[in-house]
Amino acid sequence: MTHKAPSLFDWKIAGPAVGDAFKKLDPRLMIKNPVMFVTMVGAALTTVGIFTAATDRGFIAQLAVWLWFTVLFANFAEAVAEGRGKAQAQALRGTRVNTVARRINKSGKVEEVSANDLRKGDVVLVHAGEVIPADGDVIEGAATVDESAITGESAPVIRESGGDRSAVTGGTRVLSDEIKIRISINPGEGFLDRMISLVEGASRQKTPNEIALTILLSALTLIFLLVCVTLKPFGLYSATVFSVPVLIALLVCLIPTTIGGLLSAIGIAGMDRLLQHNVLAMSGRAVEASGDVDVLLLDKTGTITLGNRMATDFVPAPGVAMEKLADAAQLASLADETPEGRSVVVLAKEKFGLRGREVAAPQAQFVPFTAQTRMSGVDFAATGGQPARSIRKGAAAAIKIHVDRLGGQFPEAVDRSVENVARSGGTPLVVTDGSEVLGVIHLKDIVKGGIKERFAQLRKMGIRTVMITGDNKLTATAIAAEAGVDDFLAEAKPEDKLALIRKEQADGRMVAMIGDGTNDAPALAQADVGVAMNTGTQAAKEAGNMVDLDSNPTKLIEIIEIGKQLLITRGSLTTFSIANDVAKYFAIVPAMLMVTFPAIAPLNIMHLHSPNSAILSAIIFNALIIVALIPLALRGVKFKPIGALAILQRNLLIYGLGGVIIPFAGIKVIDVLVAAFKLV
Amino acid sequence: MNSSGWIQLALYVGALALITKPMGLYLMQVLDPKGKTWLDPLIRPLERLSYWIMGVRAEQEQNWRQYTWAMLLFSLVSCVFTYAILRLQNFLPLNPQGFAGLTPHLAFNTAVSFTTNTNWQSYGGESTMSYLSQMVALAIHNFASAATGIAIAAALVRGLSRHSTQLLGNFWVDLVRVTYYLLLPICLVFAVVLVSQGMIQNFKPYTTAKLIESYTITVQKTDDKGQPVTTNVAFTVSAPKLDDKGQPLMTNGVAVMVDVPQLDAKGQPVMTNVPVMVNQTVDEQSIVQGPMASQVAIKMLGTNGGGYTNANAAHPFENPTPLSNFLQMLSIFAIGSGLTWYLGRMTKNQAHGWSIWGAMLTLFLAGTLFCWWAESGGNPIHQQLGVAVADGNMEGKEVRFGIFNSALFATVTTDASCGAVNSMHDSFTALGGLVPLFNIQLGEIIFGGVGAGLYGMLVFVVLAVFIAGLMVGRTPEYLGKKIHSFDVKMAMLTLLILCLTILGFSAWAAVSDWGLAGLNNNGPHGLSEILYAYSSCVGNNGSAFAGLTANTPWYNTTLGIAMLFGRFLMIVPVMALAGSLAQKKLVPASAGTFPVSGGTFIVLLIGTILLVGALNFLPVLALGPIVEHFLMLQGKLF
Repeated sequence: MTHKAPSLFDWKIAGPAVGDAFKKLDPRLMIKNPVMFVTMVGAALTTVGIFTAATDRGFIAQLAVWLWFTVLFANFAEAVAEGRGKAQAQALRGTRVNTVARRINKSGKVEEVSANDLRKGDVVLVHAGEVIPADGDVIEGAATVDESAITGESAPVIRESGGDRSAVTGGTRVLSDEIKIRISINPGEGFLDRMISLVEGASRQKTPNEIALTILLSALTLIFLLVCVTLKPFGLYSATVFSVPVLIALLVCLIPTTIGGLLSAIGIAGMDRLLQHNVLAMSGRAVEASGDVDVLLLDKTGTITLGNRMATDFVPAPGVAMEKLADAAQLASLADETPEGRSVVVLAKEKFGLRGREVAAPQAQFVPFTAQTRMSGVDFAATGGQPARSIRKGAAAAIKIHVDRLGGQFPEAVDRSVENVARSGGTPLVVTDGSEVLGVIHLKDIVKGGIKERFAQLRKMGIRTVMITGDNKLTATAIAAEAGVDDFLAEAKPEDKLALIRKEQADGRMVAMIGDGTNDAPALAQADVGVAMNTGTQAAKEAGNMVDLDSNPTKLIEIIEIGKQLLITRGSLTTFSIANDVAKYFAIVPAMLMVTFPAIAPLNIMHLHSPNSAILSAIIFNALIIVALIPLALRGVKFKPIGALAILQRNLLIYGLGGVIIPFAGIKVIDVLVAAFKLV
Repeated sequence: MNSSGWIQLALYVGALALITKPMGLYLMQVLDPKGKTWLDPLIRPLERLSYWIMGVRAEQEQNWRQYTWAMLLFSLVSCVFTYAILRLQNFLPLNPQGFAGLTPHLAFNTAVSFTTNTNWQSYGGESTMSYLSQMVALAIHNFASAATGIAIAAALVRGLSRHSTQLLGNFWVDLVRVTYYLLLPICLVFAVVLVSQGMIQNFKPYTTAKLIESYTITVQKTDDKGQPVTTNVAFTVSAPKLDDKGQPLMTNGVAVMVDVPQLDAKGQPVMTNVPVMVNQTVDEQSIVQGPMASQVAIKMLGTNGGGYTNANAAHPFENPTPLSNFLQMLSIFAIGSGLTWYLGRMTKNQAHGWSIWGAMLTLFLAGTLFCWWAESGGNPIHQQLGVAVADGNMEGKEVRFGIFNSALFATVTTDASCGAVNSMHDSFTALGGLVPLFNIQLGEIIFGGVGAGLYGMLVFVVLAVFIAGLMVGRTPEYLGKKIHSFDVKMAMLTLLILCLTILGFSAWAAVSDWGLAGLNNNGPHGLSEILYAYSSCVGNNGSAFAGLTANTPWYNTTLGIAMLFGRFLMIVPVMALAGSLAQKKLVPASAGTFPVSGGTFIVLLIGTILLVGALNFLPVLALGPIVEHFLMLQGKLF
């Protein structure tokens, strides 16, 4: 389930954002963004210029106003992105306001405290009908829990002590039974709290790529500062006086304010989009890294295949009728409540119209599966002329021993069938009636619909998928081929996962994986992008750098797309921002020289109305383009899995060439308006 | 723009394409300490001996800091050595003309100039330098500075092609091998070819020739001691001539003027000193001699450009035939072009090497065609006056080469950092002169100075890949190396230094008395001259937009500093970049990787270069050549 994204300019978010835009003018905050800081200093100097200038005060005042707007628009973009993130995070944690918790103190007594007072290590008791006060692990008991508050999934889930399903999330509700929970976090440190603080300015740290980009933008700003400062002496030489406000206008037009103003909004919006997909990221770095993923490790079960194997075929032994085999298989599975057992019953019914029968004791005695016999089945006592029957199904090796003991023969043909089924990626179950071997049930992993196409897409994006399975090589090969994964790791133990990740990383690749169990924790921690299932253990969640609230393993693909989108948006707007400068030059440079050198008029290719109107139009365009691009920054540039070259060509055309052309049109239109309203 | 020009251009590009791979293959061997060449039997013992003398352990590679320090140390020592010879040349042998030692600022400027591969000449070679100065003090740098540039480029390419290592090769080994195996042998052959074209190579004193047609010039008279003679005369002013009645005398309504002595307050004539001029008949000419061919070979191949004569490649001895002109131009690009192939082979991505070559070629053709077009168009005012030759602007051009070969030569030498000229860039039309100026300001990355062109270009590649690389949805990587903030910092630092030094010094000179004193032209053209001088020095090109008197203490010193900044402040960040790249792990390429070859990449690279270059220099260019062009269209010249 995904939360609906709030509309881009929802007043509940945009309203406070306007106020925040002003609060962010604090120089201590502005200095973090050198491009906008320079713009602000320019705005301040121009404001002073209104009072010190002898002429053109109206023009300088308008310049100052638009320069301040430029800064405010950038702040507003950031505030809106933050506001949206906060709104989504608040919606997620809505339920968990001040619940009362029952804490078990050291002497074993139960005391009632506010959920806010709980500390890491406290143990609380939660009954059916109560809300779990904070994130933690079940240490005693089992219960059904309604997690719809955070996942939107209405079906309750089971949470029990020990194993991989022990983690519970604050704000979810226990529906049945009673559990003891050890709280695993201090107040304000929950996943949601961390996510909110990441979205908010305070603890947000720049990601490595963001830092590199900021350096590039700052260096460009410095270069343009140099260009504008040296223009003053060059002007003196040429007997041309460039006024300070005009030089500032030129500077602000040249420095990359568009990307500088939107850079942090783009980063926050990436987190927001993850939240919309019900994924909590623990750091911005993780979001960025997901765009870089080269290798995707996926557990077979539940990700590539449906959770359970299904019976798909009966292969009778020589001389045995198909119906007889189906009938015996169905009988043996009637009491088998596992999905596999049920699928045998269903298959027999579908293929041969054999109805599930009510068979009950004392005539029939069900033999459950045990680790010792590795078989299950049913025994019928001899009644009404019917001889006693003992039907068994199980793995070939176990049945062989069983048949041997009864003095029967295991036909060679059945051996071959067993092998064939195994080779095709299925699991063979042999069915016997007494000492007679009837045939083989073909159990098969069902590969999820559409998954092959997803993998093909990933391959186009340059991402290799590796399937991890406990199955033997033969089975794994067949499933890998059917699902279209690039590689697989068969008979995998948890430590093999870790080793595989390390090996891929040593080769320079970035690895993403998804996991839930405690034994996944080391691998999750090692992976560059480790997504923990919300249903997983606390250990797994701590180790990963993202948590998927929906516990949907295919979510990784969306996460990668969001990461890529984030990077593409950054690159595209940077290109656009720099490309814009060409048109701004053609607007401002002729305007600056026109008074001394009227001959330069042909360079005014846009035929702008007057020098002042040209400069003002460029500045207005520069400010408005930030607002115009806020939706794009928040939504992100669309990512299509069409291969690197095609994406590059597409974006170069739109943002590179478009970035050169659009401002010519924009500045011209604004100039016409400026002239029409006689603003200068 | 005639067909002979097009044919020559096609020939030039064809020849350049043909020599690229052989040169690259040879560079592979030269730049590999274990490389094999057919010169081994001859040179290997000499190479080993050199290592032994220098105490270099050839197999020991250096990290980027050691490599850079070695390079800096070598440059410093060789620079001081040259400075000493230039100052003391009157005490040293091989000085048949008896030239005096150089002034401190000129010696500083010249020593720095040759150390940095700039070869800016504030002097006229044939009237300043002894043979020893030319052959030892200066020529040593023609080899060493070229070898240094190639070594730095090789270190950067190693940084790209290696991974998870600190080591970038050994500077001393690169220096020795490039000089012994690459520069010396080629120059030897090249010099012989040039001699075959009529270029001189001797140690004779200058020849004095009797003129067939003597002519007269007016010069200041000198006394017995050689001091100029002046005389004290009354200062006169112009005043209307008065008739007997004291009324101004009129002719056809215009007052007739006469010169009358100006009187001071006491009624005494004001006196002033004026030179005494005499007519002198010139009936003989001193003709330059010397070891020219050997100097010219390395001057071109090593993209040095320092002329043996002040007229440089326009002098009939220094560029005797069309073939010598063609070969000189080809040799300027030869190593730069081969280095792109070397890059491709070393990084196991030949398509990338050719793509960089393609981007360079495109920019080269654009510059050549634009310059050729502007010069062929000529000056409309000359045409109106009827003084222009039919096919364009011939002012300042050697008639033997004409417009196309002058435009091509100007583009080639400024694409590379070769300061040679076969025409006067100062006399180009405003737009024609813009091309060499802009080429230099881009950083001379179009084939470029030997080595310097490649590493300058690779800085732009890093930037292009960083900005656009994001657009494919991955954090930027170049040839499997992730580009992080340190790399961006170093790349931007080189750009910043280029921009800061050119604009900073030019702005200073443009508003200071010493800067303006050197100008021979006013208005936008004067600004172009100042800008060209500093661009040329920062870019280590060395050619001059003549018309600027730069042999003054201020100019010599500031231009010298500009050359030092432009060379070494660029190399240090480039080497840091090489070191950082070498340490990185290699990310295997996938379908999601940014492709650094093919048309899209070439377009992207060219776009980045032009955009960044234009953005940095357009405002000042607008005040210089661009406004000059528009003023010319309105009939105003400078």
